[in-house]
Amino acid sequence: MMLPYPLLTLSLVLMWLLLNGFTPGHLVLGILVAVFASWAMASLRPDKPQLGKWYLLPKLFGIVLYDIVKSNIAVALIILKAGRRSHNPGFLTVELDIENHTAIAVLAVVLTSTPGSAWLEYDSNDKTVLLHILDLDNEAEWRNTIKNRYEKLLMEIFA
Amino acid sequence: MSAIILFSAVSLAQLMLAAAMAIASVRMFRGPRAQDRIIGLDTLYINAMLLLVTFGIGTGRVIYFEAALVMGMLGFVATVALAKFLMRGEVIE
Amino acid sequence: MMQSAADMPVWAAIAVAFFLLVGSGLALIGAIGFLRLPTFYERIHAPTLGTSWGIGGIMLASMIFFTVSSGRLVFHEILIGIFVTVTTPITFMLLARAALHRDRAEGNGNVPDKPNRSQPAREFLGESDPRRG
Repeated sequence: MMLPYPLLTLSLVLMWLLLNGFTPGHLVLGILVAVFASWAMASLRPDKPQLGKWYLLPKLFGIVLYDIVKSNIAVALIILKAGRRSHNPGFLTVELDIENHTAIAVLAVVLTSTPGSAWLEYDSNDKTVLLHILDLDNEAEWRNTIKNRYEKLLMEIFA
Repeated sequence: MSAIILFSAVSLAQLMLAAAMAIASVRMFRGPRAQDRIIGLDTLYINAMLLLVTFGIGTGRVIYFEAALVMGMLGFVATVALAKFLMRGEVIE
Repeated sequence: MMQSAADMPVWAAIAVAFFLLVGSGLALIGAIGFLRLPTFYERIHAPTLGTSWGIGGIMLASMIFFTVSSGRLVFHEILIGIFVTVTTPITFMLLARAALHRDRAEGNGNVPDKPNRSQPAREFLGESDPRRG
Protein backbone atom coordinates (compact mmCIF):
# COMPACT_ATOMS: atom_id res chain seq x y z
CA MET A 1 0.00 0.00 0.00
CA MET A 2 1.11 3.55 -0.70
CA LEU A 3 0.42 5.18 2.66
CA PRO A 4 0.47 2.90 5.69
CA TYR A 5 -0.25 5.69 8.19
CA PRO A 6 -2.31 8.45 6.53
CA LEU A 7 -2.82 10.45 9.75
CA LEU A 8 0.89 10.37 10.61
CA THR A 9 1.82 11.42 7.07
CA LEU A 10 -0.65 14.32 7.13
CA SER A 11 0.54 15.60 10.49
CA LEU A 12 4.19 15.37 9.40
CA VAL A 13 3.41 17.47 6.30
CA LEU A 14 1.59 20.01 8.48
CA MET A 15 4.53 20.16 10.90
CA TRP A 16 7.01 20.65 8.04
CA LEU A 17 4.93 23.53 6.67
CA LEU A 18 4.55 25.14 10.10
CA LEU A 19 8.30 25.07 10.65
CA ASN A 20 9.36 26.24 7.19
CA GLY A 21 6.52 28.48 6.06
CA PHE A 22 4.09 27.66 3.25
CA THR A 23 5.66 27.65 -0.22
CA PRO A 24 4.94 25.16 -3.07
CA GLY A 25 8.54 23.90 -2.90
CA HIS A 26 8.31 23.14 0.78
CA LEU A 27 4.94 21.45 0.24
CA VAL A 28 6.52 18.99 -2.24
CA LEU A 29 9.58 18.45 -0.02
CA GLY A 30 7.42 17.97 3.07
CA ILE A 31 5.21 15.40 1.32
CA LEU A 32 8.32 13.49 0.19
CA VAL A 33 9.81 13.47 3.71
CA ALA A 34 6.50 12.49 5.30
CA VAL A 35 5.89 9.58 2.89
CA PHE A 36 9.38 8.19 3.46
CA ALA A 37 9.03 8.64 7.22
CA SER A 38 5.71 6.75 7.23
CA TRP A 39 7.31 3.90 5.28
CA ALA A 40 10.09 3.77 7.88
CA MET A 41 7.42 3.72 10.59
CA ALA A 42 5.60 0.85 8.86
CA SER A 43 8.74 -1.27 8.87
CA LEU A 44 9.24 -0.53 12.57
CA ARG A 45 5.83 -1.34 13.97
CA PRO A 46 3.34 -3.45 12.05
CA ASP A 47 0.33 -3.20 14.40
CA LYS A 48 -1.84 -0.22 13.74
CA PRO A 49 -4.15 1.55 16.18
CA GLN A 50 -7.78 0.89 15.32
CA LEU A 51 -9.89 4.00 15.24
CA GLY A 52 -13.59 3.47 15.82
CA LYS A 53 -15.70 6.58 16.19
CA TRP A 54 -12.90 9.02 15.41
CA TYR A 55 -15.36 11.91 15.12
CA LEU A 56 -15.67 11.83 18.93
CA LEU A 57 -12.03 13.00 19.27
CA PRO A 58 -12.93 16.74 19.31
CA LYS A 59 -15.43 16.00 22.11
CA LEU A 60 -12.68 14.32 24.15
CA PHE A 61 -10.38 17.24 23.43
CA GLY A 62 -12.98 19.75 24.63
CA ILE A 63 -13.72 17.78 27.81
CA VAL A 64 -10.01 17.48 28.62
CA LEU A 65 -9.37 21.18 27.99
CA TYR A 66 -12.24 22.13 30.29
CA ASP A 67 -11.06 19.73 33.02
CA ILE A 68 -7.50 21.04 32.80
CA VAL A 69 -8.71 24.62 33.28
CA LYS A 70 -10.85 23.53 36.25
CA SER A 71 -8.12 21.54 37.97
CA ASN A 72 -5.52 24.26 37.28
CA ILE A 73 -7.65 26.61 39.37
CA ALA A 74 -8.20 23.98 42.08
CA VAL A 75 -4.50 23.10 42.40
CA ALA A 76 -3.44 26.76 42.35
CA LEU A 77 -5.83 27.43 45.24
CA ILE A 78 -4.45 24.46 47.20
CA ILE A 79 -0.88 25.70 46.73
CA LEU A 80 -1.69 29.30 47.67
CA LYS A 81 -3.56 28.31 50.83
CA ALA A 82 -1.01 28.47 53.60
CA GLY A 83 -2.02 25.53 55.78
CA ARG A 84 -0.40 22.20 55.00
CA ARG A 85 -3.54 20.32 55.94
CA SER A 86 -5.67 22.09 53.37
CA HIS A 87 -5.71 19.00 51.17
CA ASN A 88 -5.75 15.25 51.53
CA PRO A 89 -3.29 13.46 49.21
CA GLY A 90 -3.48 9.74 48.60
CA PHE A 91 -2.94 6.79 46.28
CA LEU A 92 -5.83 5.34 44.33
CA THR A 93 -6.07 2.01 42.49
CA VAL A 94 -8.53 1.84 39.62
CA GLU A 95 -9.52 -1.20 37.54
CA LEU A 96 -9.58 -0.46 33.84
CA ASP A 97 -11.67 -2.13 31.15
CA ILE A 98 -9.84 -0.81 28.09
CA GLU A 99 -7.09 -2.98 26.66
CA ASN A 100 -6.10 -1.07 23.54
CA HIS A 101 -2.54 0.18 24.02
CA THR A 102 -3.15 3.49 22.26
CA ALA A 103 -6.24 4.15 24.36
CA ILE A 104 -4.33 3.45 27.59
CA ALA A 105 -1.54 5.77 26.44
CA VAL A 106 -4.06 8.54 25.71
CA LEU A 107 -5.67 8.02 29.12
CA ALA A 108 -2.25 8.23 30.80
CA VAL A 109 -1.42 11.48 28.99
CA VAL A 110 -4.81 12.96 29.90
CA LEU A 111 -4.57 12.04 33.59
CA THR A 112 -0.97 13.16 34.01
CA SER A 113 -1.31 16.45 32.18
CA THR A 114 -4.30 17.32 34.35
CA PRO A 115 -2.86 18.92 37.50
CA GLY A 116 -3.97 17.11 40.62
CA SER A 117 -3.76 13.57 39.31
CA ALA A 118 -0.66 11.62 38.29
CA TRP A 119 -0.41 8.21 36.63
CA LEU A 120 2.16 6.10 38.50
CA GLU A 121 2.07 2.61 37.02
CA TYR A 122 -0.10 0.26 35.01
CA ASP A 123 -0.20 -3.45 35.74
CA SER A 124 -1.13 -5.42 32.64
CA ASN A 125 -1.80 -8.63 34.60
CA ASP A 126 -4.44 -7.17 36.89
CA LYS A 127 -5.44 -4.40 34.47
CA THR A 128 -5.21 -1.94 37.34
CA VAL A 129 -3.59 1.44 37.43
CA LEU A 130 -2.05 3.15 40.42
CA LEU A 131 -2.73 6.89 40.57
CA HIS A 132 -1.68 9.59 42.98
CA ILE A 133 -4.32 12.23 43.68
CA LEU A 134 -3.43 15.56 45.28
CA ASP A 135 -6.85 16.10 46.84
CA LEU A 136 -8.52 12.76 47.51
CA ASP A 137 -11.53 14.04 49.43
CA ASN A 138 -14.12 12.30 47.32
CA GLU A 139 -12.74 8.98 46.14
CA ALA A 140 -15.95 7.77 44.50
CA GLU A 141 -16.12 10.91 42.42
CA TRP A 142 -12.57 10.41 41.10
CA ARG A 143 -13.37 6.80 40.16
CA ASN A 144 -16.56 7.96 38.49
CA THR A 145 -14.70 10.66 36.52
CA ILE A 146 -12.08 8.22 35.25
CA LYS A 147 -14.47 5.38 34.45
CA ASN A 148 -17.42 7.27 33.01
CA ARG A 149 -16.02 10.54 31.76
CA TYR A 150 -12.81 9.39 30.05
CA GLU A 151 -12.79 5.61 29.71
CA LYS A 152 -16.22 5.24 28.09
CA LEU A 153 -15.39 7.86 25.49
CA LEU A 154 -11.97 6.30 24.82
CA MET A 155 -13.58 2.87 24.34
CA GLU A 156 -15.87 4.35 21.71
CA ILE A 157 -13.04 6.16 19.94
CA PHE A 158 -10.63 3.20 19.87
CA ALA A 159 -13.10 0.47 18.99
CA MET B 1 -0.37 53.13 24.64
CA SER B 2 -0.18 49.54 23.50
CA ALA B 3 3.62 49.68 23.61
CA ILE B 4 3.46 50.57 27.31
CA ILE B 5 1.00 47.76 28.06
CA LEU B 6 3.12 45.24 26.18
CA PHE B 7 6.40 46.40 27.67
CA SER B 8 5.16 46.22 31.26
CA ALA B 9 3.44 42.86 30.72
CA VAL B 10 6.55 41.34 29.13
CA SER B 11 8.80 42.68 31.91
CA LEU B 12 6.47 41.39 34.63
CA ALA B 13 6.18 37.98 32.96
CA GLN B 14 9.97 37.75 32.67
CA LEU B 15 10.35 38.62 36.34
CA MET B 16 7.85 35.94 37.36
CA LEU B 17 9.50 33.30 35.17
CA ALA B 18 12.94 34.20 36.54
CA ALA B 19 11.55 33.85 40.07
CA ALA B 20 10.09 30.45 39.11
CA MET B 21 13.52 29.37 37.81
CA ALA B 22 15.18 30.51 41.04
CA ILE B 23 12.64 28.57 43.14
CA ALA B 24 13.08 25.45 41.02
CA SER B 25 16.85 25.62 41.46
CA VAL B 26 16.41 25.99 45.24
CA ARG B 27 14.53 22.68 45.22
CA MET B 28 17.18 21.22 42.93
CA PHE B 29 19.92 22.03 45.44
CA ARG B 30 17.92 21.07 48.52
CA GLY B 31 16.81 17.69 47.25
CA PRO B 32 16.22 15.72 49.47
CA ARG B 33 16.33 12.81 47.03
CA ALA B 34 17.56 12.34 43.47
CA GLN B 35 14.05 12.29 41.98
CA ASP B 36 13.32 15.73 43.50
CA ARG B 37 16.45 17.12 41.91
CA ILE B 38 15.51 15.70 38.51
CA ILE B 39 12.02 17.22 38.64
CA GLY B 40 13.67 20.48 39.71
CA LEU B 41 15.85 20.34 36.59
CA ASP B 42 12.77 19.59 34.48
CA THR B 43 10.88 22.58 35.90
CA LEU B 44 13.97 24.75 35.46
CA TYR B 45 14.35 24.06 31.75
CA ILE B 46 10.63 24.37 31.03
CA ASN B 47 10.59 27.80 32.68
CA ALA B 48 13.73 28.76 30.75
CA MET B 49 11.94 27.73 27.55
CA LEU B 50 8.97 29.95 28.46
CA LEU B 51 11.39 32.80 29.22
CA LEU B 52 12.85 32.46 25.71
CA VAL B 53 9.37 32.72 24.20
CA THR B 54 8.71 35.91 26.18
CA PHE B 55 12.05 37.28 24.92
CA GLY B 56 10.71 36.59 21.42
CA ILE B 57 7.56 38.62 22.17
CA GLY B 58 9.67 41.43 23.67
CA THR B 59 12.02 41.79 20.70
CA GLY B 60 9.60 40.77 17.96
CA ARG B 61 12.03 38.21 16.52
CA VAL B 62 11.03 34.69 15.52
CA ILE B 63 14.49 33.16 16.11
CA TYR B 64 13.78 32.69 19.84
CA PHE B 65 11.00 30.27 18.97
CA GLU B 66 13.45 27.86 17.37
CA ALA B 67 15.80 28.09 20.35
CA ALA B 68 12.86 27.28 22.64
CA LEU B 69 11.88 24.27 20.51
CA VAL B 70 15.42 22.86 20.60
CA MET B 71 15.60 23.46 24.34
CA GLY B 72 12.35 21.56 24.92
CA MET B 73 13.54 18.57 22.89
CA LEU B 74 16.96 18.34 24.55
CA GLY B 75 15.46 18.79 28.01
CA PHE B 76 12.96 15.99 27.40
CA VAL B 77 15.68 13.57 26.30
CA ALA B 78 17.86 14.53 29.30
CA THR B 79 15.06 14.00 31.82
CA VAL B 80 14.07 10.65 30.33
CA ALA B 81 17.69 9.48 30.42
CA LEU B 82 18.07 10.56 34.06
CA ALA B 83 14.82 8.81 35.03
CA LYS B 84 15.96 5.63 33.30
CA PHE B 85 19.25 5.86 35.19
CA LEU B 86 17.41 6.14 38.51
CA MET B 87 15.37 3.10 37.66
CA ARG B 88 18.16 0.84 36.43
CA GLY B 89 21.51 2.27 37.45
CA GLU B 90 21.40 2.71 41.17
CA VAL B 91 18.99 0.26 42.73
CA ILE B 92 20.11 -3.35 42.76
CA GLU B 93 17.36 -5.54 41.34
CA MET C 1 12.86 47.24 20.88
CA MET C 2 9.10 47.31 20.32
CA GLN C 3 8.99 49.22 17.03
CA SER C 4 6.23 46.98 15.70
CA ALA C 5 4.39 47.05 19.02
CA ALA C 6 3.64 50.77 18.90
CA ASP C 7 1.16 50.52 15.99
CA MET C 8 -0.61 47.50 17.46
CA PRO C 9 -4.29 47.93 18.40
CA VAL C 10 -4.91 48.26 22.12
CA TRP C 11 -7.25 45.25 22.36
CA ALA C 12 -4.51 42.99 20.95
CA ALA C 13 -1.96 44.38 23.40
CA ILE C 14 -4.37 43.77 26.28
CA ALA C 15 -5.04 40.20 25.11
CA VAL C 16 -1.31 39.48 24.76
CA ALA C 17 -0.61 40.97 28.21
CA PHE C 18 -3.46 38.97 29.78
CA PHE C 19 -2.32 35.60 28.41
CA LEU C 20 1.34 36.34 29.21
CA LEU C 21 0.54 37.16 32.83
CA VAL C 22 -1.80 34.15 33.24
CA GLY C 23 0.84 31.82 31.80
CA SER C 24 3.81 33.11 33.77
CA GLY C 25 1.70 33.42 36.93
CA LEU C 26 0.72 29.76 36.67
CA ALA C 27 4.36 28.79 36.10
CA LEU C 28 5.34 30.75 39.22
CA ILE C 29 2.55 29.20 41.33
CA GLY C 30 3.66 25.77 40.11
CA ALA C 31 7.23 26.48 41.18
CA ILE C 32 6.08 27.75 44.59
CA GLY C 33 4.01 24.61 45.12
CA PHE C 34 6.97 22.54 44.03
CA LEU C 35 8.98 24.12 46.82
CA ARG C 36 6.32 24.01 49.52
CA LEU C 37 4.54 20.67 49.24
CA PRO C 38 5.91 18.16 51.76
CA THR C 39 6.29 14.82 49.91
CA PHE C 40 7.61 13.82 46.50
CA TYR C 41 4.31 12.42 45.23
CA GLU C 42 2.56 15.70 46.07
CA ARG C 43 5.34 17.77 44.53
CA ILE C 44 4.95 15.96 41.21
CA HIS C 45 1.56 17.68 40.74
CA ALA C 46 2.83 21.23 41.02
CA PRO C 47 4.95 21.62 37.84
CA THR C 48 2.04 20.37 35.70
CA LEU C 49 0.46 23.78 36.32
CA GLY C 50 3.32 25.31 34.35
CA THR C 51 3.29 22.63 31.67
CA SER C 52 -0.46 22.75 30.98
CA TRP C 53 -1.87 26.27 31.01
CA GLY C 54 1.43 27.97 31.82
CA ILE C 55 2.74 26.97 28.43
CA GLY C 56 -0.71 27.31 26.86
CA GLY C 57 -1.07 30.94 27.99
CA ILE C 58 2.36 32.03 26.81
CA MET C 59 1.93 30.22 23.46
CA LEU C 60 -1.43 31.95 22.95
CA ALA C 61 0.14 35.33 23.77
CA SER C 62 2.97 34.71 21.30
CA MET C 63 0.54 33.56 18.59
CA ILE C 64 -1.67 36.64 19.01
CA PHE C 65 1.35 38.97 19.08
CA PHE C 66 3.02 37.68 15.92
CA THR C 67 -0.28 37.27 14.04
CA VAL C 68 -1.32 40.87 14.73
CA SER C 69 2.11 42.48 14.30
CA SER C 70 3.03 40.69 11.06
CA GLY C 71 -0.47 40.79 9.57
CA ARG C 72 -0.58 37.08 8.63
CA LEU C 73 -1.56 33.96 10.52
CA VAL C 74 1.36 32.72 12.65
CA PHE C 75 0.75 29.65 14.74
CA HIS C 76 3.93 27.62 14.74
CA GLU C 77 4.11 28.10 18.55
CA ILE C 78 1.46 25.40 18.75
CA LEU C 79 4.24 22.91 17.92
CA ILE C 80 5.95 23.63 21.26
CA GLY C 81 2.59 23.31 23.00
CA ILE C 82 1.82 19.92 21.42
CA PHE C 83 5.36 18.69 22.00
CA VAL C 84 5.42 19.61 25.69
CA THR C 85 1.88 18.28 26.27
CA VAL C 86 2.90 14.91 24.86
CA THR C 87 6.34 14.65 26.49
CA THR C 88 5.71 15.93 30.04
CA PRO C 89 3.47 13.00 31.05
CA ILE C 90 6.18 10.60 29.82
CA THR C 91 8.91 12.15 31.96
CA PHE C 92 6.66 12.42 35.00
CA MET C 93 5.46 8.83 34.66
CA LEU C 94 9.02 7.53 34.34
CA LEU C 95 10.17 9.58 37.33
CA ALA C 96 7.20 8.50 39.44
CA ARG C 97 7.87 4.86 38.60
CA ALA C 98 11.56 5.28 39.45
CA ALA C 99 10.59 6.89 42.77
CA LEU C 100 8.12 4.08 43.56
CA HIS C 101 10.77 1.52 42.70
CA ARG C 102 13.35 3.15 44.97
CA ASP C 103 10.90 3.64 47.84
CA ARG C 104 9.82 0.00 47.65
CA ALA C 105 13.40 -1.26 47.46
CA GLU C 106 14.36 0.76 50.52
CA GLY C 107 11.13 0.02 52.37
CA ASN C 108 10.11 3.64 52.89
CA GLY C 109 6.74 3.06 54.51
CA ASN C 110 4.32 5.27 52.69
CA VAL C 111 4.05 3.71 49.23
CA PRO C 112 1.65 0.94 48.21
CA ASP C 113 3.11 -2.45 47.30
CA LYS C 114 3.26 -3.80 43.83
CA PRO C 115 -0.15 -5.20 42.97
CA ASN C 116 0.99 -8.78 43.40
CA ARG C 117 -1.11 -11.54 44.94
CA SER C 118 1.75 -13.17 46.82
CA GLN C 119 2.54 -10.12 48.91
CA PRO C 120 0.30 -9.09 51.79
CA ALA C 121 -1.45 -5.81 51.13
CA ARG C 122 -0.54 -2.86 53.30
CA GLU C 123 -3.09 -1.62 55.72
CA PHE C 124 -4.17 1.59 54.03
CA LEU C 125 -4.54 -0.13 50.67
CA GLY C 126 -7.07 -2.38 52.34
CA GLU C 127 -8.93 0.73 53.43
CA SER C 128 -8.92 2.36 50.07
CA ASP C 129 -9.91 -0.75 48.13
CA PRO C 130 -12.20 -3.27 49.84
CA ARG C 131 -11.47 -6.03 47.31
CA ARG C 132 -7.88 -6.24 48.40
CA GLY C 133 -8.63 -7.00 52.05
